Amino acid sequence: MILHSGVGSILRIKKHPIIDFKSQKKISFYFNNKKLDGFEGDTIASALHAAGVKILTTSLKYNRPRGFFCGIGKCSSCLIRVNDVPNVRTCIAPLMEDINVKMQNKLPDLPDAEFKCSAKQTIEVDILVVGAGPAGLCAAIEGAKQGAKMLLVDENQCVGGQLVKQTHKFFGSKNERAGTRGIEIAKELENELKEFEKSNKIKLMLDSTVIGYYEGDEKKQHKFGVVKRENYESKLYELNCKAVVFACGAMENMLLFPGNDLPGVYGAGAVQTLMNVYGVKPGERVIMIGAGNVGLIVSYQLLQAGIAVDRVVEAAPNIGGYHVHAAKLRRCGVPIQTSHSIKEVYGDEKVKGAVVVKLDQNWQPIKGSEEKVSCDTVCLAVGLTPSIRLLSQMGVYLEFITEAGGYVALHDNFMQTSVKGVYVAGDSSGIEEASTAMIEGKIAGLSAAILLGHKKNQNLLKQYVNELDQLRAGPFGEKPRIAKEKITKLMEKRHARI
Amino acid sequence: MHEYERTGILSTKDLKLPSKKQFEKGIAILECIQEIPCNPCVDSCPVKAISMKDINAPPINDFDKCIGCTKCVGICPGLAIFVVKIKDGKALITLPYEFLPVPKVGDNVKALDRTGNIKGKALVKKVLKIGKTMVITIEVDEKLAIDIRNIRVDA
Repeated sequence: MILHSGVGSILRIKKHPIIDFKSQKKISFYFNNKKLDGFEGDTIASALHAAGVKILTTSLKYNRPRGFFCGIGKCSSCLIRVNDVPNVRTCIAPLMEDINVKMQNKLPDLPDAEFKCSAKQTIEVDILVVGAGPAGLCAAIEGAKQGAKMLLVDENQCVGGQLVKQTHKFFGSKNERAGTRGIEIAKELENELKEFEKSNKIKLMLDSTVIGYYEGDEKKQHKFGVVKRENYESKLYELNCKAVVFACGAMENMLLFPGNDLPGVYGAGAVQTLMNVYGVKPGERVIMIGAGNVGLIVSYQLLQAGIAVDRVVEAAPNIGGYHVHAAKLRRCGVPIQTSHSIKEVYGDEKVKGAVVVKLDQNWQPIKGSEEKVSCDTVCLAVGLTPSIRLLSQMGVYLEFITEAGGYVALHDNFMQTSVKGVYVAGDSSGIEEASTAMIEGKIAGLSAAILLGHKKNQNLLKQYVNELDQLRAGPFGEKPRIAKEKITKLMEKRHARI
Repeated sequence: MHEYERTGILSTKDLKLPSKKQFEKGIAILECIQEIPCNPCVDSCPVKAISMKDINAPPINDFDKCIGCTKCVGICPGLAIFVVKIKDGKALITLPYEFLPVPKVGDNVKALDRTGNIKGKALVKKVLKIGKTMVITIEVDEKLAIDIRNIRVDA
């Protein structure tokens, strides 16, 4: 393993056509007792990656090296021990001066130090919003506009969810801030949020996780446990609310092939986070798997960060994303190979290359068509799965809807699930675009406020539902349209049965 | 399935192109032919040449109305609009550019086609900044007017 100072690393992006990376304060920390450097604002994972550390843990049974995969705190592939606290998610944990980071040996050891647990505090609000991405932010702001007392909880250090890495201009109409880059939309929403924070209409809890649902003390009340992290230690809160909006987002899908666990095989979104949020290159040469919008957009952004994209590989016979995104890549000279797939990734301890294979009409590999491609990074952009674990624990009706990306909570047109006062919005209610997530958030926030007795603003509700319908009216809106039709139909059926 | 759905490359068959005379005044070529929910180009047009049936319909440019002002080039979120003006055996192509280094007026850069192949040289005539998108006008040989859609600037 080559270790070098993470600050002057060749993997740090110095200049970028879209993002202004401001120079930050240098921070020193220890990794397996060796002193390394990173920057203020880094996560532990981004600082380690810039310093050349790609192996963060090993597999339980065969000791295979593992790196991070999702980069946004959703999977368990980057767990590490920090200051004796085990299972810290390095991809979202902030880097701090002099911390002691150590690889966990297979299963974590119990901490030696006394386990710190302060007395829990109780918080009472009208509406809890879980997740401060595009859907959650819009839900919180909409609820506050109606006069409800809101609490917005997010696991990250900042609000914006995945908007903070979307450096491209968004599509849509003026209402959806078309032509504005995702990173700018995140800032606009954050500024709106700050106004409501000032007037105490929204309370924001960052670096906090809603860990579970508990029986409420009173009827019409929901009780949750929330853990807030401070200096890698945790503080427990009891949270009582009358309604809740789940806007928990989604997680990137894995693909089955030999070597898919080698450090260097990352989710495309993880790579987007690493380079666009933390200014760290994933590597020097990338193969992108998947030509949907995520694959196409992230490939283009890799080029903008000065990283070579060898090719985009797509198993389907056609490009799934927008043609305009594909055209941007093609005119930069990046080939897109449809009816091709990845057969395996090779390398010891890290990716050295991949074998790409052509597929026949039945999506079966054609023998003899294998091609070895040198690369140090393989990005998987093969779809997302809605995050629904809290909804599942609450016992709302879930169904597997292929077009929605997996199991989702059944909900009506106003985003209410089968449990009264429990709403969903954004990717966790079915995989779609950020523009639709924002409108769904507004609908959920408004519906929840109406349930609590705030002004019944039917016209506004209707306007939002119309905006959603319009965005889904075209051929690219067909999948979410089918998903939502199935979801609301099943919801009606379940209701009829009760 | 259209060929461009497999390759990501439009051919002249996929595009409605202006007449020779219209090319002389400068015309926006909208290389956005799928039904995607997006309409900022319509709002950006000062002469209302660009229209759309609804937000999902592909935009249509009225070549008689278009004045080739290039405003839409820096606005289009898909970076899919190019303004082409043909005069005296040369073509002026205005295109969106989001890479580093940014060229200066008078620089010689490489002219690339829709597959990224180098087709010739281009002279940079104008460099504008619209937000973070650079809108760059290059001069190439008239023969390359329909093919050139990107530039490469050597560091």
